[in-house]
Amino acid sequence: MASTHDHGSAHDAGGGHGHGHGHGGHDAPPAGLKVLAVSANAKVRTVAVSRPGEADVTYLEATREGLGITLKHFAKNLFGRRRKVADLNTGARPVPTTTGGKILEALSPLNDIETIQYPEEKVVYPERYRGLHRLMQRDDGAVRCVACMCCPTVCPAHCITIIPEQAEDGSIEKRPAVFEIDELRCVVCGLCVEACPCDAIRMDSGTHAKPVEERADAVMTKDKLIAVSKDNGKSPTSIATQGGAGANWRDGR
Amino acid sequence: MNTLYAILDNAATKWVLLVFGLVMPLASLLTWAERRQSAMMQDRLGPNRANIGPIRLKGILHFVADAVKMISKEDFIPGNVHRGLFALAPLLAIGPVLIAFAIIPFGPTIFPHSFTDTLDVGALARSPGAHSFADSIRLQIAQLDFGLLFYFAILTLANYGGTIAGWASYNKWALLGGLRSSSQMMSYEVSMGLSLMGCFLLVGSLEPGFIVASGVSSKMSASNPLNWLWLWQAPALLLFFTAAIAETKRAPFDIPEGEPEIIGYFVEYSGLRWGLFFLAEFIEIVFISAVITTVFFGGFQVPFLDPDGFRFGGYVTEINGTWVSTGGFVAKLPHGVVALLQVGAFGLKVVLVSWLQLMIRWTLPRFRADQLMNLGWKILLPLALGWTMFTALAKLFFIYMGWL
Repeated sequence: MASTHDHGSAHDAGGGHGHGHGHGGHDAPPAGLKVLAVSANAKVRTVAVSRPGEADVTYLEATREGLGITLKHFAKNLFGRRRKVADLNTGARPVPTTTGGKILEALSPLNDIETIQYPEEKVVYPERYRGLHRLMQRDDGAVRCVACMCCPTVCPAHCITIIPEQAEDGSIEKRPAVFEIDELRCVVCGLCVEACPCDAIRMDSGTHAKPVEERADAVMTKDKLIAVSKDNGKSPTSIATQGGAGANWRDGR
Repeated sequence: MNTLYAILDNAATKWVLLVFGLVMPLASLLTWAERRQSAMMQDRLGPNRANIGPIRLKGILHFVADAVKMISKEDFIPGNVHRGLFALAPLLAIGPVLIAFAIIPFGPTIFPHSFTDTLDVGALARSPGAHSFADSIRLQIAQLDFGLLFYFAILTLANYGGTIAGWASYNKWALLGGLRSSSQMMSYEVSMGLSLMGCFLLVGSLEPGFIVASGVSSKMSASNPLNWLWLWQAPALLLFFTAAIAETKRAPFDIPEGEPEIIGYFVEYSGLRWGLFFLAEFIEIVFISAVITTVFFGGFQVPFLDPDGFRFGGYVTEINGTWVSTGGFVAKLPHGVVALLQVGAFGLKVVLVSWLQLMIRWTLPRFRADQLMNLGWKILLPLALGWTMFTALAKLFFIYMGWL
């Protein structure tokens, strides 16, 4: 059977022309192939293709080679050390410099397992990762938002609902009575943060919207949005002066 | 006490102890080991999270989770199946494998009365009826003179499991899988039986217990690794191992299952019925490891551990028709310790060969049907026949020269 294959395949392979050398003058046959016949079109050739010979039909050599590869990986991953999560995050493969480190590396080299075991270990998100929204607070704990309606206006997904109300103390005109973001509709574009004139809404919480069982649970109310800061260890106050004057708020991050 | 020994020496007791003490736990653990080992080979972590409270054990408990899942899943039987055969097939797949374990010697013969003493092999050969050798417990369920033939015969029945499952399922893919399964099993059974023929010729017995106890030559102790068959019958080991892996229907010989093409003969099975097929496959791995250990790697023998302790040097002499090693330097050990070491060695060897089978299963891709048949009929079979002839001629020559 194998010999029949040899001849049959040799004929079939005649249509194959050199490894993608499409530009003029490259009509030479691919290296290692013996040309048996050339047709009127110089690019159409019959070549002899080398197929595994009878010696390989027992698959012994291939099996031995394959087992060598898998065994190497198996031993390395079984006896080697896992890389630190921080290194997995950055893709670093620290080379030991101390003598102790070199001995440890020789005894138990770092293995190739890339898995990060969520939720005990987490991928560190980039600094500018856009996560769950949070509402910033003034020094007295009131919401910074002045209900200017910039964010619901710019929001392409129409996921922000603000109902303004009159502020009692008169130092600011308005404040949101209701501030809701439907996280199921949010497309995480970050335009609301860009649009906000008083640093009241941010997406730097570094976390995702939590999975919910009811659609209604995905709507973040004002209280929930304020609580995001505390839950994720972020300061709820901004160094920006209310109204836009003062230091750039980005400097204070 | 004597009643206890009689109960322990009963075949049913030994079978229950062997199956529930060694085979089932090992097969269940293999379901976890396979996934974890394949993960390690592919730079992954594998299943490591199943836990009972804080007990995690690197995920070993996954097999408990799997068992609970399979038991509690719906047992769905499609319409139009042949209900009788449909129910029978999983039992036909798992039953023969469990029965075949009867011939495997998983430890030495234990003499309870001299459990704490060093066994006097000479005294045993001279007067086997003495009190200290009474109530012996043989750690082999059935000592059959046709031992390994029994294995070939019984395991042929397992063939029907897959075929009948495919037929009874009333499903084209299942039927294709069943046909592939039967054609493959039949092809490889031939070479499997023939590949061991050289071993039978060399040892002069089909009885696994005898193969373990005697080894190739009576001039060496049976515990000498050079006396085991792996060295003298290396080609047979290779041939048998290949054919045996094909018999387990696992990669690279898994065309009866061939998930991307036909799913296999158990496509219509669910829940515990499917679990039985699955478990049967893993029990077959354990069984083939046990056979290879017994025939080629000295079974329960620990290197250089004779019944009375570790022996270096010394010679073999005949007492009352039994070959007994004497002399040399002996580190004497109590009979109980020797027996424990030997049972442990058997377990360890089985685990190692099972590990090798998993390595091969996760290294090689699946054969095409034509490659499979080529390998079985055109390579394994002639090689097995040739090796049998060669062994026979070599043995004749050795006897003629007076070396054997």
